[in-house]
Amino acid sequence: MQSSIASNTTTTAKLKFSIRRPSGWTLAAACVALIIATPILTILGFLFYPSTDTWQHLADTVLTDYISNSLLLMLGVAVGAGSIGICTAWLTSMYNFPGRQLFVWSLLLPLAMPAYIIAFTYTGMFEVAGPVQEWIREAFNLRYGEYWFPEIRSLGGAITMLSLVLYPYVYLLARAAFLDQSTCALEASRTLGCGPWRSLFFVALPLARPAIVTGLSLALMETLADYGTVQYFGVSTFTTGIFRTWFGLDDSVAAAQLSGLLMTFVFVLILLERWSRQQARFHHATNSYRTLPNIKLPPLMGWLATIACLLPLFFGFLLPIGQLTQWAVMTFSEMVDSSFYALALNSFLLAGTAAVLTLIPALILSYGSRNHATPLSRFLVRLSGMGYAIPGTVIAIGILIPFGALDNSIDAWMLEHFDTGTGLIFSGTIFILLFAYMARFFTVSLNTIESGLGKIRLSMDEAAKTMGYSGIAVLRHIHLPIMKGSILTALIIVFVDVLKELPATLVLRPFNFNTLAVRAFELASDERLADSSTAAIAIVLVSIIPVILLSRTIAHSRPGQPQ
Amino acid sequence: MTVQLQLKEISIQLSGNTIVNNINLQLQPGEIGCLLGHSGCGKTTLLRAIAGFEQPTTGEILLRGKQVASIKKMLPPERRNVGMVFQDLALFPHLTIGDNIAFGMRGKSKQEVTTRIQTLLELIGLPHLKNKHPHQLSGGQQQRIALARAMAPRPDLLLLDEPFSSQDTERREQLAREVGQILREDNCTAMLVTHDQHEAFAMADHIGVINNGKLMQWDTPYNLYHCPNSREVADFIGQGVMVKGTVLETDKLKTEFGVVSGEFSQPLPAGTEVDLLVRPDDIIHDDNSDNFGTVTEKAFRGAEYLYTLHLPGDTDVLCIAPSHHNHKIGEQIGIKLELDHLVIFQRTA
Repeated sequence: MQSSIASNTTTTAKLKFSIRRPSGWTLAAACVALIIATPILTILGFLFYPSTDTWQHLADTVLTDYISNSLLLMLGVAVGAGSIGICTAWLTSMYNFPGRQLFVWSLLLPLAMPAYIIAFTYTGMFEVAGPVQEWIREAFNLRYGEYWFPEIRSLGGAITMLSLVLYPYVYLLARAAFLDQSTCALEASRTLGCGPWRSLFFVALPLARPAIVTGLSLALMETLADYGTVQYFGVSTFTTGIFRTWFGLDDSVAAAQLSGLLMTFVFVLILLERWSRQQARFHHATNSYRTLPNIKLPPLMGWLATIACLLPLFFGFLLPIGQLTQWAVMTFSEMVDSSFYALALNSFLLAGTAAVLTLIPALILSYGSRNHATPLSRFLVRLSGMGYAIPGTVIAIGILIPFGALDNSIDAWMLEHFDTGTGLIFSGTIFILLFAYMARFFTVSLNTIESGLGKIRLSMDEAAKTMGYSGIAVLRHIHLPIMKGSILTALIIVFVDVLKELPATLVLRPFNFNTLAVRAFELASDERLADSSTAAIAIVLVSIIPVILLSRTIAHSRPGQPQ
Repeated sequence: MTVQLQLKEISIQLSGNTIVNNINLQLQPGEIGCLLGHSGCGKTTLLRAIAGFEQPTTGEILLRGKQVASIKKMLPPERRNVGMVFQDLALFPHLTIGDNIAFGMRGKSKQEVTTRIQTLLELIGLPHLKNKHPHQLSGGQQQRIALARAMAPRPDLLLLDEPFSSQDTERREQLAREVGQILREDNCTAMLVTHDQHEAFAMADHIGVINNGKLMQWDTPYNLYHCPNSREVADFIGQGVMVKGTVLETDKLKTEFGVVSGEFSQPLPAGTEVDLLVRPDDIIHDDNSDNFGTVTEKAFRGAEYLYTLHLPGDTDVLCIAPSHHNHKIGEQIGIKLELDHLVIFQRTA
């Protein structure tokens, strides 16, 4: 040991050793953040660009429709997803009734159901030619037009579909907040003369309000980002409008400006979410924690609670997956052939590549900001992290424009200097599609990696160093074993998100390049609903994996219990 | 015998601010030293420089006579053979207690590692925890495991950075005494950083009081308490008040308590205005005394009362009296000074 200290391999003062990370990390982190934020910055830039005639045309005709439909959709989903989420969260966290343990996790299952898939599944079941209306006509001997039946392909239908698959966001956060409250606050309110119902409305709900608002704003971000459902149902919103302006009117400036307007809606939601998360800190009522009593409901009330929890699970997951399964069995021999496997493999490869590519900048950025978090680097991380809230359509436009310009200028330069054009280098390639996925899902990866890295305190690195471990050895013996769970989770979540992604893939995919999501949507749009089921069911089944991961994480992190 | 740790004129600047200012000290083998000071005084930075996490801007650090850090040289921490117990303990959550302790003993035979783990676990009084994980242990147990882990590779020097700060206040002194014992049994040289003088007294052979990056005094606990060399040290260590006085001759002082005599802490000419440091245990409650103080506050401490007394000359002093001497607030009680060594500081205008 003595000899090792005396050995001549000492680092000179100029070569700062690895504990003081060189500012190169910060620089790299800033570059990564800026690159990832390119689409967002592009769209923001277009807000200050002079508007074209198309914009005036849009403003005169359809813009009010886009805005009012988007707002109505948001309002409807807020009410629908909000009430389902709060009710189920309250029941499962406060009361004991038949099936409660099962509902605690299974109520999350609709998260695995992409909105566009539930939309065309319901259309298949409830449209005029569908089995439900057919049964009504036969059973009551009626003809079409002689009875009232809600039109599924409508704004109301879109609200129902989105509420059914987005309520888990509210459920998740509201339940966490209820569990966090501890019974003390509720008991205090009882001793002060409030009955159980008054306690719910005057203590529990206000205490959980920040969490509920956070859950709602996440659900509404997804609502604004939705393209598949509203397109399929023929509801004109921002996302469908951007598609029409880009492809139909061929006006990139107007499409970008429409995207910019949509993005301001998203910004409001982001601010709302941030603000309510901050509020939540002040709503943490007590440090001494006691688990909620889990009041056992009398039989009749208990079964009513069971039904209340079963309904969203049934309509949001069981019914559509049942219908998809029936269709899949029907069309299996016809649809599942070598080209289907090729399609699935293609999708999985794409999603896998995107997951790995997204992980790398997430690692760079979180390690870069571990030691040297400057206000600038924090701002850049936030900016690049907004992609998840920005609709895929907007990301796609924000990528096409700068890369198109880049392609054109390279082509022009080559023509001028070498007399040969290069054509389009990036546009229409897999490269910009992968870049779009990175921009959109980077936050997911980053948050997962950062929460994993948060478990490794700097003192652990230092402890290992005082015990004779070099920088690389510390990474191998401390970081890798602790981080591998988080890295795997980040990979899985991004993988599944990419697999489900529709609008950005539709816009950016290379010619003749298909994914499961695009194939399912195309078949459904061609009214081949049953044929689309195999691709759809593959997506849903894979999407269940992160839901299971999520429910396991929740089960392992109860406040007041040792981790 | 070689000096185990020697700091020569160490200064450390971080982003332009001088955090540690020209510090000299040394530790003999087997000694336990302590850096004591308020938070932000630079003591932790100095400790991290010894470990190899900060580089001194001037001076040099020697471990067992070999230079490990200077302005030109910087041996990385993993090559210094220095152990460290961190404020947040930094146990590795993914390893068992046994693997945590074995972590620093790479290259040793399996037999040797197993024996050392068992010896250390017995030394810290937790022989059966080898296969548990850190989160299954109580705070006090984790504390001792962190100590055992740092001691396992037999470092030349063990550094402890506020190791008891996560523990209950009442338990800290007890833990410090236990840790001191464990270190002495293993003949380990150690340097503790703390802001709590009771911890320092319970554990250390030598204590350095650090203020604004400067080492005010490096001395035994007894000397720090009874012979502080500056007002700062006198203020920081123990309780006490300054009583005004005037020097009469080389060993006599005129104060409110009358003339007191004793050996001066520094020679001062007759007529100098001085402050005399008076500790609570220097004032004796004596019903027959001619000097009186009015009780303004009293605190019951079981065996004794700590009285705050107001003197006629408008000074407040502290006095410890056996608890059967129960006096009411507002009552006048007789007191006398009992001092043979007078700690005096020249009063500046």
